[in-house]
Amino acid sequence: MKAEGIGARVLRKEDNRFISGKGNYTDDVVLPRMGHAAFVRSPHAHAKVLGVNAEAALAMPGVDAVLTGHQLVADGIGNIICGWLVHSKDGSPMNMGAWRALEPEHVRFVGQAIAVVIADTPQQAKDAAAVVDVTYEELPAVVDSLAALATEAPQLHEEAPRNTSFDWELGEEQQVADAFANAAHITKLDLTNNRLVPNPMEPRAALADYNSAEEHYTLYTTSQNPHVARLVLSAFYNVAPEHKLRVIAPDVGGGFGSKIYIYPEEIVCLWASKKVGRPVKWNCDRTEAFLTDAHGRDHHSHAELAMDADNRITALRVETTANLGAYMSLFSSAVPTYLYATLLSGQYDIPAIYANVKAVYTNTTPVDAYRGAGRPEATYLVETIVDKAARELGLDPADFRSHNFIRSFPHQTPVIMNYDAGDYDATLSAAKQAANYADFATRKAEAAARGKLRGIGLSCYIEACGIAPSQAVGSLGAGVGLWESAEVRVNPVGTIEVLTGSHSHGQGHETTFAQLVAERFGLPTDNVTIVHGDTDKVQFGMGTYGSRSGAVGMSALAKALDKVEVKAKRIAAHLLEADEADITIEDGELKIVGTDKKLSFTDVSLAAYMAHNLPEGMEPGLKEGAFYDPQNFTFPAGTHVCEVEIDPATGKVEIVQFVAADDFGQIINPMIVEGQVHGGLVQGIGQALLENAAYDADGQLLSASYMDYTMPRADNVPSFKLETNSTLCPSNPLGMKGCGEAGAIGAPPAVMNAISDALGGVEVSMPATPEKVWRLAQAALPKQAAE
Amino acid sequence: MYETSYNRVSSVTEAATALDAADDPKILAGGQTLIPTMKQRLAAPSELVDIRQVDELHGISMQADGAIRIGATTTHAEVAANADVRAQLPGLASLAGHIGDPHVRYMGTIGGSLANNDPAADYPAAALALGATITTNKGSYSAEEFFTGMFETALQENEIVTAVTFPVAQRTAYAKFPNPASRYAMAGVFVAQTPSGPRVAVTGAGQEGVFRMPAMEAALAENWAADSLGSIQPDAQDMLADIHGSAEYRANLVNVMAKRAVAAA
Amino acid sequence: MANVNLTINGKAVSAETDDRTLLVEFIREHQGLTGTHVGCDTSQCGACLVLMDGKAIKSCSTLAAQASGSSIITIEGIATGAELHPVQRAFKENHGLQCGFCTPGMVIAAIDMIERLGPDLDEPTIRKELEGNICRCTGYHNIVKAIKAASMQMATQLEAAE
Repeated sequence: MKAEGIGARVLRKEDNRFISGKGNYTDDVVLPRMGHAAFVRSPHAHAKVLGVNAEAALAMPGVDAVLTGHQLVADGIGNIICGWLVHSKDGSPMNMGAWRALEPEHVRFVGQAIAVVIADTPQQAKDAAAVVDVTYEELPAVVDSLAALATEAPQLHEEAPRNTSFDWELGEEQQVADAFANAAHITKLDLTNNRLVPNPMEPRAALADYNSAEEHYTLYTTSQNPHVARLVLSAFYNVAPEHKLRVIAPDVGGGFGSKIYIYPEEIVCLWASKKVGRPVKWNCDRTEAFLTDAHGRDHHSHAELAMDADNRITALRVETTANLGAYMSLFSSAVPTYLYATLLSGQYDIPAIYANVKAVYTNTTPVDAYRGAGRPEATYLVETIVDKAARELGLDPADFRSHNFIRSFPHQTPVIMNYDAGDYDATLSAAKQAANYADFATRKAEAAARGKLRGIGLSCYIEACGIAPSQAVGSLGAGVGLWESAEVRVNPVGTIEVLTGSHSHGQGHETTFAQLVAERFGLPTDNVTIVHGDTDKVQFGMGTYGSRSGAVGMSALAKALDKVEVKAKRIAAHLLEADEADITIEDGELKIVGTDKKLSFTDVSLAAYMAHNLPEGMEPGLKEGAFYDPQNFTFPAGTHVCEVEIDPATGKVEIVQFVAADDFGQIINPMIVEGQVHGGLVQGIGQALLENAAYDADGQLLSASYMDYTMPRADNVPSFKLETNSTLCPSNPLGMKGCGEAGAIGAPPAVMNAISDALGGVEVSMPATPEKVWRLAQAALPKQAAE
Repeated sequence: MYETSYNRVSSVTEAATALDAADDPKILAGGQTLIPTMKQRLAAPSELVDIRQVDELHGISMQADGAIRIGATTTHAEVAANADVRAQLPGLASLAGHIGDPHVRYMGTIGGSLANNDPAADYPAAALALGATITTNKGSYSAEEFFTGMFETALQENEIVTAVTFPVAQRTAYAKFPNPASRYAMAGVFVAQTPSGPRVAVTGAGQEGVFRMPAMEAALAENWAADSLGSIQPDAQDMLADIHGSAEYRANLVNVMAKRAVAAA
Repeated sequence: MANVNLTINGKAVSAETDDRTLLVEFIREHQGLTGTHVGCDTSQCGACLVLMDGKAIKSCSTLAAQASGSSIITIEGIATGAELHPVQRAFKENHGLQCGFCTPGMVIAAIDMIERLGPDLDEPTIRKELEGNICRCTGYHNIVKAIKAASMQMATQLEAAE
């Protein structure tokens, strides 16, 4: 292994600025004459807007303007789009209600923006926003998706009868029905996947600067995909044509999906900057973030699993109601359909699967992709019902899983996916061994002696990353291609800039992408700079989400490096008077194999730019670009084992051991991969034990700050034991699969199965709060004592 | 935050004058509750009178009778670390060391906490269980008189808490079940073996703020042991309920925390 | 208007500000030191931590006027010239950060806890002491590891000095 190449634990290049306070986040950017925006937001979950009186606000000190939805609509700013068209099972397209960046008439969730105040300081803007007088006619609200389906429920959008955007299906219903008719055993389950708030630590922010002389806009914003933002702002929101709009996503403090979307606030800042003739900054506070960042999950499901007499799974049937919130956000239609139902086969060889998903509007914050996006919902369902089935059949949950594993690849599931490679036995046995699974009974007895209920839980997850190929997702309704681009610019002195359409907001691309270059040319990573997050510098890219930057973004880089390598070798061969095929690149030098004749990488790059002596017909320079469109999804998989202890007197759950054994394919930097897993696990544990976006019946978000939304803290979680057991992904040049979401996907069922095990096999809903667990423990204790 | 004006004073007299002269003032001690509340625009004092640097309000001293007097602006960190408090009233030191987080404890003060009387704050439990005396610039109150309900105290307008005096106790301990999100007490129980017998006070759980548990005190007077508390718990009807826990659950927590406190004392 | 006189990272600063200006606003907006962050509005996330007279406090829950007369150290003032503080180094060496947003607060909290509780901290202590700091990226695993490494390193340095 090369010191800084593939597989090396290279320390992160980006850390120096972050540990020194020299990061440059959107709110750190200051422009001359900058004004500040504060939004007037609906305090009601559902209401008609009868009028907006800004007189008092306009008279406040420092106030430039109060802008409303009517002005926005009059100026031709387009409605917010959903980028994936899903069709109902009857063939009709999904029903979309109009979502305006500032709503003039009809608000549908608490926190929806109605007007914006622009003032000299943030305080002045907030002072003035507080006195903008909005007259409402309150309407009844509905917050639960099942309640919203009822005929008597308040209706949100005329376009969507019974609050239903679509009623979608996947799989062969009849085939599944036949399997159930012949089943030896059927396991049934109702479960809820709780609503979460993503909560990257940096709240969203936008700074828009309109230059009237150039008719050009610059937007600094907290985006995971600045090019997608520019495309959508340009093509759909009519802010400006793409060449008149530069989007910069500087350092971004975490995203987890919530910074994929183009929100009303960014649109409004751009529009307002032209209106008021000065740069406009908006910086979200945490309470606004709770109300307006797209939430995640929120499914109700009923599932049934059929087994034959040999305990083999023969079919799975799933009915899911997905809560969309009040409007359809950018990928909201894809998350509970193509990112969810396609993973319902898990790691198991299930001949028949049928899923029906209803997507429903409610008077709540819009729901979209949050770390894992659909795959955690699928995994939680599959891994809960498999555990329940094992319990009902009296089988060890690990044995029952293993009995049903897929062992031959490629494997076509009944729900679109074609698994290309994997070894599920390997990760299961690695996890069992690391967790000392065999000796659990001893630990349980020891805990019982201390008055604690100990349980162990498994989760064998699979996910699909690097959503692709573009043609395939296009046929399923995606509004964009899902490839990635990279450009390698070798400077005359041999240092290198890599421009990538991927965007790092914590993932360490500045290091891992440089490692790929180091591997290829043997140059130190210090000689490589990674450029991303600026539409003026990087030509185009799709950004970072869905664990795609390695498998897709780095594959594009590998392709661009191929081209640079070919040209560099040609130049070297020419200068050394050798055959191209005899040139190798090692340790920053181009050598003729088997001789001591060589040139440094700098010699070659300098020659490329001097152009005094190049092969006949070769263009000067050393700069190559590539676009990479994957041939298939990638399929990271693994087993998580969680062990808990419950204090029956209080219901408090402590995670005493957590093992994750994962297959991520090729790993570029194990240190960074481990960090991704740790973070994902804690978000998964957070979902299982702590986090819940709770609404009251009127649509008020009860958990709208860290006083009530339980963020995982250091003392809620243990240190983790990680194992990796890789099979290479056959469909991309590096064999990478992706690791960013695995923890959040695999952890929740492992935790919940452990709690259930500790309590004697009862069903527990997420989050397993102390009170819930206490009640179940009270019921379980007399039973366990009697046993 | 609404507009306000800031006035730092250097003596209690100066503070009293400033408070009387202002329209709608608030005393600012550590500010760890007041400033976040003002940021949320849930409080809008016209003037803040900052007493944090008034020397006479600060410090911990042992009295001749063994009681411990703590100046109003003494921080939680200082109480937690004080050798006399740790030796004489370990339950109080432990309580102070578990308020908020380390950074809040550097700023937050005992006087501010008592005067605010948040139903989920920790100090009221210690003050009531130990029978503390709260001294102000106008007089003094027993803890029983002082706490009059949720966020309510016997303090008159512009009255300044100057010190709290905790009498001796043979044994003290505090056990808290924190709200998982905010980390405030969902049930915090302070137990004390005092010269006049056992006393038990509960914070975080009650609808009316801090309260005593006479039934537990009687049981402990019989036998100071966790087991003596059996299933004694407050009436769930009087307990708070929210998304983190029902009244019934909080009543259970009071019992569990009381037992753990007794076992630790 | 309040007259605020203090030192930030050793430099004397004197300014007139609105009375309601928070210390974090003063540091970020008036002084342009943007390493100190705001991650919540209920004083729980700890991204805004600074050292005030040597103690880690939440600059989002403190008025600039309250801090007048004090000495403030922000993340920009932790290193000695080009020499990183051992805690900064440990965060890098142990991958104790990802997006970097909570990192300044984490570093300040770590310095404060090591100085207060002495070097060589154990894992439960570190986890408990981080109650006032929220990180969404790292799962805390490597933050705990970094603080432990820094505390051990500082213990070694102390031994060497003795």
